[in-house]
Amino acid sequence: MDAILSYFSSLNPMAFVAQLPGNIAQGIIWGLMALGVFITFKLLNFADLTVDGSFATGGAVTAIMLVNGFPVWITIIFALLAGLLAGLITGLLHTLLGIPDILSGILTQIALYSVNLNIMGKSNLPVSYRNYSLVLSGSNINMAIIISLAFAAIIVAAMYWYFGTEQGSTIRSTGSNPAMSKAQGINISFSKVVALALSNGLVALSGSLFAQYQGFSDVNMGRGAIVIGLAAVIIGQVLGEALFRRHINFIITLIFVIIGGILYYIAMGIVLWLKMPTDDTKLFTAVIVAVFLAVPYLRNKSKNSFKKVAKQNAKGMSTEGENNA
Amino acid sequence: MLEIKNVYKTFNKGTVNEKRALCGLSLTLNEGDFCTVIGGNGAGKSTMLNAIAGVWPVDSGAVIIDGKDVSKLPEHKRASYLGRVFQDPMTGTVANMEIAENLAIAARRGKRRGLSWGVKREEKVKYREMLKEFGLGLEDRMTSKVGLLSGGQRQAITLLMATIQKPKLLLLDEHTAALDPKTASKVLELSDKIIAENNLTALMVTHNMKDAIAHGNRLIMMNDGKIILNISGEEKKKLTVDDLLKKFEQVSGSKIDNDRMLLSTD
Repeated sequence: MDAILSYFSSLNPMAFVAQLPGNIAQGIIWGLMALGVFITFKLLNFADLTVDGSFATGGAVTAIMLVNGFPVWITIIFALLAGLLAGLITGLLHTLLGIPDILSGILTQIALYSVNLNIMGKSNLPVSYRNYSLVLSGSNINMAIIISLAFAAIIVAAMYWYFGTEQGSTIRSTGSNPAMSKAQGINISFSKVVALALSNGLVALSGSLFAQYQGFSDVNMGRGAIVIGLAAVIIGQVLGEALFRRHINFIITLIFVIIGGILYYIAMGIVLWLKMPTDDTKLFTAVIVAVFLAVPYLRNKSKNSFKKVAKQNAKGMSTEGENNA
Repeated sequence: MLEIKNVYKTFNKGTVNEKRALCGLSLTLNEGDFCTVIGGNGAGKSTMLNAIAGVWPVDSGAVIIDGKDVSKLPEHKRASYLGRVFQDPMTGTVANMEIAENLAIAARRGKRRGLSWGVKREEKVKYREMLKEFGLGLEDRMTSKVGLLSGGQRQAITLLMATIQKPKLLLLDEHTAALDPKTASKVLELSDKIIAENNLTALMVTHNMKDAIAHGNRLIMMNDGKIILNISGEEKKKLTVDDLLKKFEQVSGSKIDNDRMLLSTD
């Protein structure tokens, strides 16, 4: 009992409030990454595991270019291009060589580990705001929130536009009905490659921003990125549908992916604030994602369950019995 | 308009599951021909349509549409010549896109898809008019997701998508088989109307002999990957179900095995 009391008295609410802005900033940056996951997972219906590698690639490219004296904006653009290339490779492995979606992503991801090491020359490269001019940094969290929100706004707007165009529509139709898409003259291989490239470009951009935020790029920084991305997408979806119900539209869905990222990082903040060991955070992430993935299924099941039918029928029969008697 | 020349296709060649699906299939359709296709299960009806659409390459032979040999073109490139409606109402439309978006995708079949807006305002007006003619009340649900519609409504949308730009050839692959009788006859009526109004060349696969006789100006019967009966003109007009059964027995030299044929006579 004393142990529990002393545990709770050791928790400092102010410490939680103090770390909140940091959680929000990280959540927005990872929310951008989650928008990339949204393109493949939700629109293309393709479980793309390339992102674990391409996130780190974005960080690696930005870090090595900063070290070599390039202006930060150029490094961000090249990070994005490197991500596009990574997605392109996954796409070609899948469409040209017929490798199943998950496997082609895993192959690129594994290859990128070596590529990222080669890009940086070592496994960790510091890019402190003291030595380089960065677009955002963890040292100025309020500014980092504003800048990452600006990125989020631009990217959400760009995605809303692109997926409303003739070309963007083909990506949505390819993901949802490939047979129909072919019958309507859509080259579904091309749609898949474009979507994978765009997705990983966005993921690498997010990786570049995150490396700047944390002040270093690490070859392992993308480990588990797909799960965090899925967490953000799914938390956002469940929440968006709960709040907007049938009025939910594409732009709200996109915004809720970012909100999902923020909520995920706040949840992680709570876990750390509760002094749970940091070694267990991945376990916690997996549990969150599993719960949120299960919610839509379980909710649907509770509405249409066999048990419910049985219960209703039993009730109906018992009342009938009474009437007969 | 359509010429199929001596087409062969064998599935799973060299395995125990080898199936010779098309064995020297040849067929010529003139412009404006509406040809119904009957035959038992495994006769090669759907396979013929898939060979025309380019779902897979044929082993040998040629498919010529409007004078152009399309045998070497992949499915998405042949799509510009074809309008297709499938047996499964789920196949022809994208469930989680709006009615208008589905129509807009079909309206761009065979055209370059660029970065202009996917559904333009003037298109919506046009689609509204087209849907109004269907009399299904769909014109007021243009922004509804197609997944919310019934099977019959989805087939009607697919039919409109297939013909929204006049195709060289319309392929109807048992497109009413998954519908209830009332809806089926309505969709069939709609198909008839669209084909007549646009003077389309069409191939319609059906299991229903009466439908096959009542619609179109030509009728073919398939068996074992070949056409065994080809009826047109006056002969087709006078045709009855009994005639058809008799003719089948004559041509194939065996009594019709209705369990295997799965042909419906009513």
